[in-house]
Amino acid sequence: MTAPSIAVAQEQSQQTTGPGRRPGIRLLLIYLLLAVLSALTIFPYLWMVSASLKPLSEVFSTDIIPNPVKFSNYADVFRQTEYLRWTWNSVIVVVLAVGAVALSSAIIAYPFAKMNFPLKRVFFALILSTLLLPGEVTMVPVFLIWRKLGGVNTLFPLWVPNLFGSAFYIFLIRQFYLTIPNDLKEAALLDGASHFRVFWSIMLPLVRPAIVTVMLFEFIAKWNDYITPLIYLNDPNKYTLAIGVASFLKEPGLESRWDLWMAGSVMMTIPTIVLFFLAQKQFIGGIAAGAIKG
Amino acid sequence: MRRPISGGSGVDAAAAAIDARPRASRWLTRRRSEAIVAYIFLLPWFIGAIVFTFGPIVASFYYSLTDYNVLEPAKWIGFDNYREIVHDDLFRKSLINSIYYTALYIPFHIIIALFIAILLNTKVRGLSAWRTFFYLPVITPVVASAVLWRFLLNPQEGIIDQTLRAIGLPAPGWTTDPAWLIRSVVLMVTWSAVGSTMILYLAGLQGIPVSLYEAAELDGAGWWSKTRNVTLPLLSPIIFYTLVIGVVGSIQVFAQPRILLNDENGGAGNAGLTYMMYLFNNAFSYFKMGYASALAWMLFVVILAITAVQFWGAKHWVYYEGESR
Repeated sequence: MTAPSIAVAQEQSQQTTGPGRRPGIRLLLIYLLLAVLSALTIFPYLWMVSASLKPLSEVFSTDIIPNPVKFSNYADVFRQTEYLRWTWNSVIVVVLAVGAVALSSAIIAYPFAKMNFPLKRVFFALILSTLLLPGEVTMVPVFLIWRKLGGVNTLFPLWVPNLFGSAFYIFLIRQFYLTIPNDLKEAALLDGASHFRVFWSIMLPLVRPAIVTVMLFEFIAKWNDYITPLIYLNDPNKYTLAIGVASFLKEPGLESRWDLWMAGSVMMTIPTIVLFFLAQKQFIGGIAAGAIKG
Repeated sequence: MRRPISGGSGVDAAAAAIDARPRASRWLTRRRSEAIVAYIFLLPWFIGAIVFTFGPIVASFYYSLTDYNVLEPAKWIGFDNYREIVHDDLFRKSLINSIYYTALYIPFHIIIALFIAILLNTKVRGLSAWRTFFYLPVITPVVASAVLWRFLLNPQEGIIDQTLRAIGLPAPGWTTDPAWLIRSVVLMVTWSAVGSTMILYLAGLQGIPVSLYEAAELDGAGWWSKTRNVTLPLLSPIIFYTLVIGVVGSIQVFAQPRILLNDENGGAGNAGLTYMMYLFNNAFSYFKMGYASALAWMLFVVILAITAVQFWGAKHWVYYEGESR
């Protein structure tokens, strides 16, 4: 990161800029703007939490502090909907999907970084080309395949495709393999290790940071995914959290229960935010890696 | 370079070419066995690519030429679906809605992202804390944010309309007035996505060499001149990247309008019906698989055309370092 050096340099340059400029006032203005903008960003969260603790009759009141505080809204979400069931379904999908995509992408990426074989460039170009393909073109035929296989109304369509790797993650992990010197591989091969062994015992542990990034991204993607469960699941017992919470809106008797909605949304958001705070570096680094692609 | 040098094999190849017959065959088998192992590693991708990507692409085009309602076998009807699309009012309406959404959202969120990134690139303290604030909505589940904004934007009763009224401004019917539906979606998506664009711009800004600013200052450049002549040109490749990716993504917007408006038909007068919502309804509510496939290919062509135009336009404003102007 070159950030600190830039900051220092700008500090110096600001002091030398034209005499009429007052760096103090300008800095104050910057902080003020940032404070307003981040308040606008954070405010909806406060409002969500606040409404989730209000009695239904009070949800639209302009007081941010609920009075009385009604924690029972959270219990009511579990009592009046299948929230627990939905959470469980989401957890199953996320665990299987994350594990599958991380392992398969790491396997598929390996030969593109560390082995020689015919048509290597062609296949790699093909993988990258699938990144550009909009998903709606394959949406209908893939649904028809799952329908044939009896996958409608099961959780399989939500995670099984992850067993076959994902183009962007393959790219990301391959870039990481490339940074690992080949000497390690050559030495192990000379000692009689197989390519599989080199991959499993030497390379895979070394690319762990890339794999962690992939797992984080996939966790968020699957936890938040809306369209796939919407296509495949129509039994409320099979819903994931995303379509479960969205289905409040359609449920007679629940469609104006803003208190329950907000409580349901708060609970659904918490895991993603906790994960983000635990692994900020990987998130921000991963996004930067994505930009280099462009 | 055709293939990366893997030390030994090049030497082996030279030696093999000279004479030693058995060495040559040993080298060949080693190379072949490496290729076989490599293909075994690639096996999952081969299967996935055929079953979930390339097979379906071909199938999708075939279905687009059929009438297929899932229950009866697909019936070949040639280009009838495409002919029907041309006269379909909802096709036109939903396409226009998606384009209108994109035209509002893209400049709106790029300008805000750029503004925040420039603010954060000054010598502010606690950079990572600010960055976190702005990034939080990006990882918040789409459903949770859409439900939350449906609450905030509730006509009359919602906190936003109450606030607007309190300061004497008109309180629009965000989720009920046809004129406002798409704008409400733009507002909500900007809140939830601006952080990811901003992070990219910030990374780009931090990579601009300080020497360029110093040189500009020696020439007497002020803040605006530095932004105009140093910052924006050097950031233009990243802006272009976010523009292309952003347009492709927002033409396909689906979940946010569907949940925010709480209507699979896009609210009053279909004013919030986006192209993907219409496609989804055709496929999974009316089970018109052939028609939906044709809609998908039309969208693909539209996206391809818009992207091509952007790449053509990029010549006039995107600046790549090491390239003379």
